[in-house]
Amino acid sequence: MQFKPRNLELWLMVAAALLIIVVLPCLNAFAPETSWLHVGNFTINLYGKYLCYAILAISVDILWGYTGLLSLGQALFFSLGGYMMGMNLMRMIGELGQYHKPIPDFLVFLGWTRLPAFWKPFASLPFALIMAALVPGLLSAVFGFFAFRSRIRGVYFSILTQALTYAACLLFFRNSLLMGGNNGFTDFKFILGHDLRSPVTQRALFICSGVALLLVYGVCRWLTNTKFGKIQRAIRDSENRVMFSGYSTANFKLLVFVLAALIASLAGILYVPQVGIINPGEMSTEKSLEAVVWVAVGGRATLVGPILGAFTVNALKSWATRAYPDLWLILLGTMFIFVTVFLPGGMVGLPGQLLVLKRRYFSRTPKAPPAANPTPSPFVK
Amino acid sequence: MTTPHKSFVLMLEGVNKTFDGFKAISDLNFYMDEGELRTIIGPNGAGKSTLMDIITGRTKPDTGKVEFGRDTDLTALSEHEINRLGIGRKFQTPSVYIHHTVFENVLLSLKGSRGVFAALFSRTTPAQRGRIDEVLNTIGLAGKGGRLAGSLSHGQKQWLEIGMLLAQDPKLLLVDEPAAGMTDEETHKTGELLLGLAGRHSIVVIEHDMAFVRQIASKVTVLHQGSVLCEGTVDEVQNSEQVIEVYLGRKKKDKH
Repeated sequence: MQFKPRNLELWLMVAAALLIIVVLPCLNAFAPETSWLHVGNFTINLYGKYLCYAILAISVDILWGYTGLLSLGQALFFSLGGYMMGMNLMRMIGELGQYHKPIPDFLVFLGWTRLPAFWKPFASLPFALIMAALVPGLLSAVFGFFAFRSRIRGVYFSILTQALTYAACLLFFRNSLLMGGNNGFTDFKFILGHDLRSPVTQRALFICSGVALLLVYGVCRWLTNTKFGKIQRAIRDSENRVMFSGYSTANFKLLVFVLAALIASLAGILYVPQVGIINPGEMSTEKSLEAVVWVAVGGRATLVGPILGAFTVNALKSWATRAYPDLWLILLGTMFIFVTVFLPGGMVGLPGQLLVLKRRYFSRTPKAPPAANPTPSPFVK
Repeated sequence: MTTPHKSFVLMLEGVNKTFDGFKAISDLNFYMDEGELRTIIGPNGAGKSTLMDIITGRTKPDTGKVEFGRDTDLTALSEHEINRLGIGRKFQTPSVYIHHTVFENVLLSLKGSRGVFAALFSRTTPAQRGRIDEVLNTIGLAGKGGRLAGSLSHGQKQWLEIGMLLAQDPKLLLVDEPAAGMTDEETHKTGELLLGLAGRHSIVVIEHDMAFVRQIASKVTVLHQGSVLCEGTVDEVQNSEQVIEVYLGRKKKDKH
């Protein structure tokens, strides 16, 4: 059987999906704790978080890597999804809070005795999930409509998305928004009646995250192979040409932007019950930037790249913030510069890059054909 | 207003455009017949590219009329709408999709649906493949469909972009300095390509290279300071007192 890189990618994804969705949870549930095969609850929880980050990274990549739109606002849509989920989890606490009142603690603290009207329907998880799609979806549609209609591009688009995120961050810090202020939501107890602290619930959330990542990967893989996907990349490489070929590039970009917002929101929905907290800090500048670094490290304009990048950088972060807490941000910045300068294709592009080097090294004849770069960086013009 | 003697494919009347006090286009009148191959020449800053921008909707004129075919007003439309009417534009620097194959470059340009949702479920039909092969033949890139456009030579990229315009099957082709940066042989081939297309399409070519202009031009329009200085055959234009004055006058100014 002939192995094409695309086939290889598919097989690797199937293998990785099986490992994540089936093998790891089984090892967590059934392997005896003394066995070296046992996967601890802490690990499951940690990897569950990484899975959410991987979904967020894909949302950055379909904008940045595939369409040439560097959005620094994906943390906003991630947080909005997380907040909507958090509202449901807050309602599920019931009267088990510090104040033993039927409304969330922070509302008691703010002097409320009855639940504000907009909080009421969030007792239903389906309602919270619908809102988690509607709020980021509408916000991205309205913002995208005006931004793309006004031809906001390049660095201006990045700055504007960053500004939007920052504005939202400041808004959520305000107690008067009745969304928990700077403490956000925490101390969750139940999800759909199941104890959030039980390993079983955490395992189920982990599996959900794995399935969600697989679905997002599948949808994006399909999308990037359609004519739509080709136009997306054409916009990245020469937007004028696309516009002067009769396509309304604004509409194409809008659809990608809304889709990316929904994907980021999905990541937030799954993140919050696993991490147990959501606060405005999730919308801070470095959160969006970190997601960009994951994509750059893993490999832009590929779908495996963001997943790999999210896992690698976060694993590194988990280690570095314990071993060298002061050096983490410096390490992150150095990594970003190194990858941008020396590895334009990221980790995914590394084998191709090495292959080119090897070919150049072994065929030093003057007539060596200029090897067609197997992983051309989409960003070198 | 006088009725045109035959149908103009493009008509600009009394067009003005000022950028920050600089008058790029001043009271310009320009008429083109159906199927004509017209060359526009003029010194730098004469307004050639601004003229193209105005026709294709990238720039809106301050005043004046821009009409396509039988009274379609172009000034109210955006770039992609103007393109859908059948006006194709080739940029001065080759703009092709460097990370797509040559085949895909033409595929994305083929005449047909331009909608977002149609693009999600579109499939390449055998008829489209046939048309793409035809286009690749015309532009001398037959058999190169599988190559990445980024790996083509400069001249081949220019031809590919012309091919992408052909795939749109436009009524009017606007070609900005197609021979810039080409070898003599490539320039000659480009000329032949454009000549082969004239008649079936109306073509406007902006060019500096006089040998190339001589090769392709039947009618030349000379722009100067944003308006038409004169029009005629290559010989008429080259011997025109006004044109010599403008070009030589420029040269004298350059010396001091």
